[in-house]
Amino acid sequence: MATIKELEALEEIETGKKYSRTSLYKDAWKRLRKNKLAMLGLLIVILLILIAIFASLISPYNPIERIKEDSSLGPSIKHFFGTDLLGRDIFSRVIYGSRVSIEVGVIAVGISVVIGLFFGALSGYFGGLSDAVIMRVADIFFAFPYILGAIAIMTILGPGIVNIFIAIGILGWASIARIFRSSILTIKNKEYIEAARAMGASNNRIIMKHIFPNSFAPIIVYATMNVGTAIIVEAALSFLGIGVQPPTPAWGKMLADSMSYIDVAPWMMFFPGLAILITVLGFVLLGDGLRDAFDPKLK
Amino acid sequence: MTETENNKILEVKNLSTYFYTDDGVVKAVDDVSFDLKKGETLGIVGETGCGKSVTALSILRLIPQPLGRIVAGEIIFEGRDLLKLGQKDLQNLRGNKISMIFQDPMTSLNPVYTVGNQVMESLIVHRKLKKDEARREGLKLLEMVGIPEFKRRFNNYPHEFSGGMRQRVMIAMAIANSPSILIADEPTTALDVTVQAQILELMDELKYKTNSSIIIITHDLGVVAKYANRVMVMYAGKPVEFSSVDNIFYKPAHPYTIGLMKSVTRLDEEKRGKLKPIEGLPPSLIDLPKFCIFRARCKYACDECKGEYPPLKEIEKDHFVSCYRGKEFMEGIIERFDN
Repeated sequence: MATIKELEALEEIETGKKYSRTSLYKDAWKRLRKNKLAMLGLLIVILLILIAIFASLISPYNPIERIKEDSSLGPSIKHFFGTDLLGRDIFSRVIYGSRVSIEVGVIAVGISVVIGLFFGALSGYFGGLSDAVIMRVADIFFAFPYILGAIAIMTILGPGIVNIFIAIGILGWASIARIFRSSILTIKNKEYIEAARAMGASNNRIIMKHIFPNSFAPIIVYATMNVGTAIIVEAALSFLGIGVQPPTPAWGKMLADSMSYIDVAPWMMFFPGLAILITVLGFVLLGDGLRDAFDPKLK
Repeated sequence: MTETENNKILEVKNLSTYFYTDDGVVKAVDDVSFDLKKGETLGIVGETGCGKSVTALSILRLIPQPLGRIVAGEIIFEGRDLLKLGQKDLQNLRGNKISMIFQDPMTSLNPVYTVGNQVMESLIVHRKLKKDEARREGLKLLEMVGIPEFKRRFNNYPHEFSGGMRQRVMIAMAIANSPSILIADEPTTALDVTVQAQILELMDELKYKTNSSIIIITHDLGVVAKYANRVMVMYAGKPVEFSSVDNIFYKPAHPYTIGLMKSVTRLDEEKRGKLKPIEGLPPSLIDLPKFCIFRARCKYACDECKGEYPPLKEIEKDHFVSCYRGKEFMEGIIERFDN
């Protein structure tokens, strides 16, 4: 009997094409690569992550060092983005600020996605009592305005970046759970799920291999958009003084600090704002591209 | 008789499946008994909503929960009662010993996986094959069900296939583990007439190759006439007649079966008149009458028919009918095809 390698070799000769094993994720990646905007988003996200990791190598100054004689200078060769009131280099602060934003965006949203997927799957797939209980708890979370909930949790936990992760993570799960649940409810009644069950697939397999990839799209879009929201909530918390503590540089905090000087020193606000804009844009573009990539019909 | 007893691969005894809705209890399948012999094709015929599909789903215990419930009966397969199996055993059985082909191939394949992937799945789940082995087997299966350029098509997605080709893929998935029983729930209803014949031929051919038995559920009497060995006619959740295909077609003994015959076009009859639909509508499954369920639509109803529901009775060898006047119909005492 021919080995699989021989079969593949035979196939390559017959079809004249290099044989490649396909999988859902590989094909999604293939489709993603064709999407220029999504690749731009991916590029932005990767660049940001690199900047955050190598912040100490890139930034020309120490972000918390005060250079008294350079206070409140506009952008120049010496200080690309200018300096703030205390004479700190804004370029360096923006670079270091990416750490907080990326961490908050990825970790906090990661926490809410994990919690949300777990409870969403539980309530959507099994239904009944667990569904009722989980959705009522989610309703309680929806009843709080997002920022108010974050403030309440931060007041209890105290300021600090780890507590921001927890606050944003806990607050975000309800909407993820709800989206995943509704997605599952639609997919669950599709015939191919029944066919999978008739094929002898276990509950786990049905959730992981059949329902999950089909309900992936809205989760990805929502999660990537949530990254933007999370970054903004972090900024708001920092602004209120219960988020990241000074002198740690954070974009939101920088934005808040420079608010009063917008007419005399607009650069103080412009660059951190631009950083937030680009970051959020990068995640949204990537999310959008991922959604399309996971739908084979758009090939 | 003992020989045929041993030949039974599946035995369904007094199966009742009810759905508990807000309007009341829907008796979708009520006291159905039949058996399936090794290597035979059993046709289950009836109009929409008569319980054919629910019967099939009950065998694999795929009744939608918590609405539906199998309230009574036994389904004996390989000496075990399927209704008493646990989840794990059921999963081992489904797609392995007993597999199912669904009605609509357009929606029965998962859109995010290639067809090759889906054919491989049941091999991986049940036979614990490695990816490479499963791929090789999967290719063989696609070839077996007659997919042209199967090596290239292996990596295509379901939406790149036509309906007929998808149904071939479904069949490949169903026969992957050489099941002893293949349940086909209206396998050709969603397909073009020309493709229908191909699919049915394929199923018939594979039945001999894999030495399996088929339960084919359909409302198409032509399909039954050509491929089935025995036929069970169902009406309002109950079997009304059960016999060999010849008996059903040439000596029908239940007025409903006769009605069905009269309401299809026949090419072999000299006198071609208008089709004769069966007057009236099937009864609501929520409150079925105590007497014969077909009485309201039957023009041959007599005084006896006002009594209890006629039990399924063997009026000749292997010819069961639930009608008090069954023998009269069979022997032609009542003119079967009169107007």
